[in-house]
Amino acid sequence: MSAVQGSPRAGPTILEVEELRKWFPIRRGLLRRVVGHVRAVDDVSFSIRRGETVSLVGESGCGKTTTSRCILRALTPTSGAIRFRTEAGRQVDVAALPKPDLRPLRRQMQMIFQDPFSSLNPRMTITEIIAEPLYVNGMRSLEERRARVRELLDLVQLPAAYMNRFPHAFSGGQRQRIGIARALALNPALIVADEPVSALDVSVQAQILNLLLDLQDRLGLSYLFVAHDLSVVKHVSDRVAVMYVGKIVELAPTAELFARPLHPYTEALLSAVPVPDPRRRSRRIVLKGEVADPANPPSGCHFHPRCPYAVERCRQEEPALRELAGGHLARCHRAEELTLTGVQEGHPAPPMRVIQGGRSRAS
Amino acid sequence: MAEPILSVRGLKTWFHQDEGIVRAVDGASFDLEPGRTLGIVGESGCGKSVTARSILRIVERPGRVEAGEIWLKRADGRLVDLARLDGQGREMRAIRGGEIGYVFQEPMSSLSAFHTIGNQLVEAIRLHAEVSKRAARSRGAELLRMVGIPRPEQRLDSYSFELSGGLRQRVMIALALAAEPRILIADEPTTALDVTTQAQILDLIRRLQQERDLAVILITHDMGVIAEMTDDVVVMYLGHDVERGPVDAIFHDPKHPYTRSLLRSIPSVLATPRSRLRTVEGSIPHPYARPQGCAFHPRCPDAIAGVCDRAIPAAVPLGARRDAACFLHHEGVSGATAPVPTLLGPSP
Repeated sequence: MSAVQGSPRAGPTILEVEELRKWFPIRRGLLRRVVGHVRAVDDVSFSIRRGETVSLVGESGCGKTTTSRCILRALTPTSGAIRFRTEAGRQVDVAALPKPDLRPLRRQMQMIFQDPFSSLNPRMTITEIIAEPLYVNGMRSLEERRARVRELLDLVQLPAAYMNRFPHAFSGGQRQRIGIARALALNPALIVADEPVSALDVSVQAQILNLLLDLQDRLGLSYLFVAHDLSVVKHVSDRVAVMYVGKIVELAPTAELFARPLHPYTEALLSAVPVPDPRRRSRRIVLKGEVADPANPPSGCHFHPRCPYAVERCRQEEPALRELAGGHLARCHRAEELTLTGVQEGHPAPPMRVIQGGRSRAS
Repeated sequence: MAEPILSVRGLKTWFHQDEGIVRAVDGASFDLEPGRTLGIVGESGCGKSVTARSILRIVERPGRVEAGEIWLKRADGRLVDLARLDGQGREMRAIRGGEIGYVFQEPMSSLSAFHTIGNQLVEAIRLHAEVSKRAARSRGAELLRMVGIPRPEQRLDSYSFELSGGLRQRVMIALALAAEPRILIADEPTTALDVTTQAQILDLIRRLQQERDLAVILITHDMGVIAEMTDDVVVMYLGHDVERGPVDAIFHDPKHPYTRSLLRSIPSVLATPRSRLRTVEGSIPHPYARPQGCAFHPRCPDAIAGVCDRAIPAAVPLGARRDAACFLHHEGVSGATAPVPTLLGPSP
């Protein structure tokens, strides 16, 4: 896939998510009556092109994992469309497909899991683990399967000599490579990676991130990358979507989002990330309070109770996700008038600002 | 340089298991000064948590403090070697919680689910001070207010599972400070928390430190947290302290190849998008398969064959308050193991 090399890494759109909603009912009482809903995902729209990495970031409970699970149809969405472009070039709505029709599609979208210790069956050898999807999808010849496993191990840079070992013999990083090999077994077009490096040590994390980038370039894969760690996200993504209480609040090309955030929540998130440089201290915005409850979200903009820039309109009217610059979308009434601070390499730390939620004391 | 409040010298904590001995901490030395924050940083298995547990004398069996000294300057000015005290004895129990408060990573498993927050606070307060239950309760409410918990009087009657992760960690900090310790040991206090909550908790620790002139030992794997919070840093790898120094020097002039590799491999929000990271070869060895010689040599880009795989390098002083345990800094690289880390001077 040499066409994928370089920037812009543009291919045809492979996945299009439109107004995706996943509400979980809250049942109470003897009759298990539905008394409310947890709006885990509430009106999420984005797309991924071939060879592109789109990241979903946000804090726990923001709906990023639920979104990724809906895309794989591990969960059935409440409403919305998930249009996936198949190998054959057809567009299929994954959200509306009956369960039996999902199987051929699942070969084309695969998953890499967070925890390399619990996602591999301890009683199966590496060959069995990686070959299982091949067998399930009709590759009956043992020789063929073994050859493919060898190929895959080579792809994730593990020696073929490890083929007959069990998972316990491997370190966390090696196990994650095995999980990646399994995900690649069926030549998928889209890989959903949910926190693929957050359980790993830093020195190993870097190896896996590099591997994911290399595989993408070699195989033309598209990634939906779900992560809470903004530094990791910056290293792998073409575009980033920031989620807060079930909604995308900002979506932009990576460099743009980090340098010029247009949503106050993104600004706060960026400033909260500890920067590994003691000369760049004291640039943080400490948000008051906690993430809103998705079962009972605040009126208007869900972020307004914690937002240092909130005005009356934010309390009453829910903002829409609007495109404010080329490919840069934000869900904020005041996006045009605010000048928010991002992070940029090489620049000296911006002057200290103490901002607390509710009241604006920006200087 | 102020006189240290806590000095650790040559600490060794080993776990004796059927399969062999795990040398979780195998020679760690550092000083903690009043009012300052010492960061202990390293990846999994480096012994940073076991170091903290050794200081508190709560290492679980089959582990035990094998050798070394842990000198604590008590409030009355006496010097006590915690390594020599009975872990369950009266004096150690008075020190643990009384003079050294501690906060652990999982606020859920560190708090009791069967007792209210108030009862746990009252217990902690009355353990170290003779006050009535009523006085302890109002002191508890005061502590909760101090750590920024809204409506503290009502929160006293809550159970830990009714609180969010951030609030629970605040309760843990309130508990740790209940007996007004002079030292706070925080072991990965924000690892389980979201980034905006982490910012709140780190701010709280910093504020309390200033208000109470606490000496803090902050243990984490996160170089970002180290950079933002600490004054001095100890870098550990497989049970050894490989480098020590002021935080600025560690980040801007690292002397040990491990520190350098670690700093290069951390993803940063300042990086160019889609840039590949520099990596450290291989992975952390299994505790039973600890390499001979310098523990880092199989992964080290600068390893000297015939030297680094033979002997364990001693710490070499490299300027004020700095040293690194690496043969690259040994004069005429002999492979000989020199005695005592000189930066720290002799034991008090």
